[in-house]
Parts: sequence; C-alpha cells; structure tokens
Amino acid sequence: MSYEVPIAPGEQPVDVPEGSTTDHGWPLWEVFVRAKRGLNHTHVGSIHAPDAATAIQNARDGYTRRAEGVSVWVVPSNEIHASDDADSMFAPFEDKPYRHPTFYEIPDEVGQL
Amino acid sequence: MNTLTTATPLGTYLVRLADDNVVLGQRLGEYISHAPELEEDLAIANTGLDHIGIARHLYTLAGSVEGDGRTEDDFAMMRSERAFTNALLVEQPNTDFGYLTVRQFFFDAYQVPLWRRLASSSHDELAGIAGKGLKEATYHLRRSSSWIVRLGDGTSESHARVQGSVDGLWRFTTELCASDDVERQLADEGIIALSSDLRADWERTVDAVLEEATLTRPADTFQAGTGRFGVHTEYLGHLLGEMQWMQRSHPGLTW
Repeated sequence: MSYEVPIAPGEQPVDVPEGSTTDHGWPLWEVFVRAKRGLNHTHVGSIHAPDAATAIQNARDGYTRRAEGVSVWVVPSNEIHASDDADSMFAPFEDKPYRHPTFYEIPDEVGQL
Repeated sequence: MNTLTTATPLGTYLVRLADDNVVLGQRLGEYISHAPELEEDLAIANTGLDHIGIARHLYTLAGSVEGDGRTEDDFAMMRSERAFTNALLVEQPNTDFGYLTVRQFFFDAYQVPLWRRLASSSHDELAGIAGKGLKEATYHLRRSSSWIVRLGDGTSESHARVQGSVDGLWRFTTELCASDDVERQLADEGIIALSSDLRADWERTVDAVLEEATLTRPADTFQAGTGRFGVHTEYLGHLLGEMQWMQRSHPGLTW
C-alpha cells in the first residue's frame, strides 16, 4: 500500500515501512473485554500503549467507559498469529452441510434445548 | 452572586470542593486533541468529565443546603473570578503533558484521602458523593502515578521536564491541606474531616511515587495559598472567560 502524503515546505518525507505495526513508536495491543462474569472475553478493538500496564489503562478508558465490561485483557498485536488463505482453510467446509446437526428429528418431548 | 461564602459553612465548603473540580475539569477539557496520543486524549477527557460530574453534584447540593434557589449553572457560570474559591493548583495552565500530569497527581493524592474520609460523613448526601468520588479518584491516582514514574524514570528529557513541573507546582500544594474556621466548624459537627488531617496521607503518597520515579522532593519554601479567599493567579480569569462566555452571552441557554 502506498499513498502520497503532502510535504510542507522545509519538511523531510517520512518513510513508513510496509507492514509496520507502529506509526509513532508505541506498539499496538489487541483488547478483549469481558462484559460480565461467566462470559468470555471478546475482542473489541485495539489501542496503542508503551507497555502492558498502560495498555490496560488505555483499554479501560477507550472501551469500558460506558460500563461495557468487568475485566480487560490486552495482548501485543504482533503476538497474534492469524490464519491465511481462506480458500484452502475454510472454503472446503461450505459444501458439507451434513456436518451440521440439522438432520435429526427432535422429539417434541425434548422441548427447547 | 460574587460573595466568597454562602449562607452556611457547609454550602461554602461544598462550593470550594466543586470549584476545584470544575476548574480542573475545564483545564483537562482544554487539552483534548493536544495529548501525545489519541489514547491519552480519551483518558484525559474521561478524567475531566469525572471532575465536572462531581462538581455538578456538589454545586447542586450546595444550592439545596443554601436554600436560595441557586442551581449548578448559577454557581459555575454566573460567578466571577473573585468569587471562585478553588485552590490555585488546579487553575495552573496546561504547559506540557508532564506539567499537566504533575498537577493531576498532586490533586489526586489529595482527593483520594479527602473522599475516603468524607465517605463516612454524617451528612448522607455528601457521603454519597464522596463514595462516587473515591472510586473515580482512586483510578485517577493510579493513572497519574504511573505516568509520573514513567516520565520521571524515563529519558533524561522527560525526567528534567517532570522534575521542573514538580518544582514549579510545589508552591501550590500546601493550600490543598489547609483548614480555616469554616472547616473547623463543620469538623466539630462531625460533617467533614479537616483538610489539615489529609497532609500526612498526601505526603506519604507523593514521597513514595517521587522516589519510585527517581524525582527529588523540593524543599518547602514559599507557599501560595489564596485561592480559598478568591485571590487567584492570572490564569483563572482567562479560563472562566472561555468557560462562561456562552452562558453569559445567552443567559438561560439550554440544549
């Protein structure tokens, strides 16, 4: 990805390496918030912070200020390992509907599962 | 509208606490979009809104204690500089992030023991406000302390700047923990704790954090302390001019 950034007179152009996770020195952290006890921590977004303790504070201020959570996790974004090539990873499951448990007759007596 | 006291000592005391909080809240609001990071902008805005929220409760309670029909807006927007009784510390300008952080830290270290004691006040409504204030101030102190340590024990530039801020703001700290006849009367009635009793807690917190931050506690020299009498540094008038302009230009304006 590249784009033109206007350069003010007397300013040197700044070179930001492709794939860089920081544009200003502070690393990026992924934020997970637990909405209430008993629920999982859910990914809500990311924030910048110089260290883990500050990341938790910034996550608190950025993502829980409307009482969204009772607990926060932060994880360095560059520690997240993600899947790639969705075609070979996930597309093969799309035509295997028999793996869904939708072919059973459920007796009325069972009621709501 | 421009007197330093209200009809009762309790009202006068509540307005002092509210003035501290509304002025600091406005100062923090001024800084939004100037913080070194977007995340800090959010945190500073949150802190400022906490202070303004507390001020609103305190002004409203002061109005009902006074019984004269004054609202929170009357207190915050329709009094002049010489009627404001905030401590001088909170009106000091946003020079840089380190200065703002030291100002916040000195104030947080005072508000935590203040709210802790007022939470057991015999006055139920004041105790309720204090309980809310204690939770907020505890977080404010945690945040400002951690920044003092990072800046103090950071680079040589951040250390020098934050040490300069500690030295420059030290003269405004004694006033936070000063008591007068208004306070003594309320303390005798069991409604409040004397501010002078908070100084030991304040010093313990400040000494511990300054030490961890490798900062030097300044010598106790001249102390400025005229805010409770309505005599302010040159900065408050400008702050009020900006804060009050809308309400004074269009009295009774709501949205």
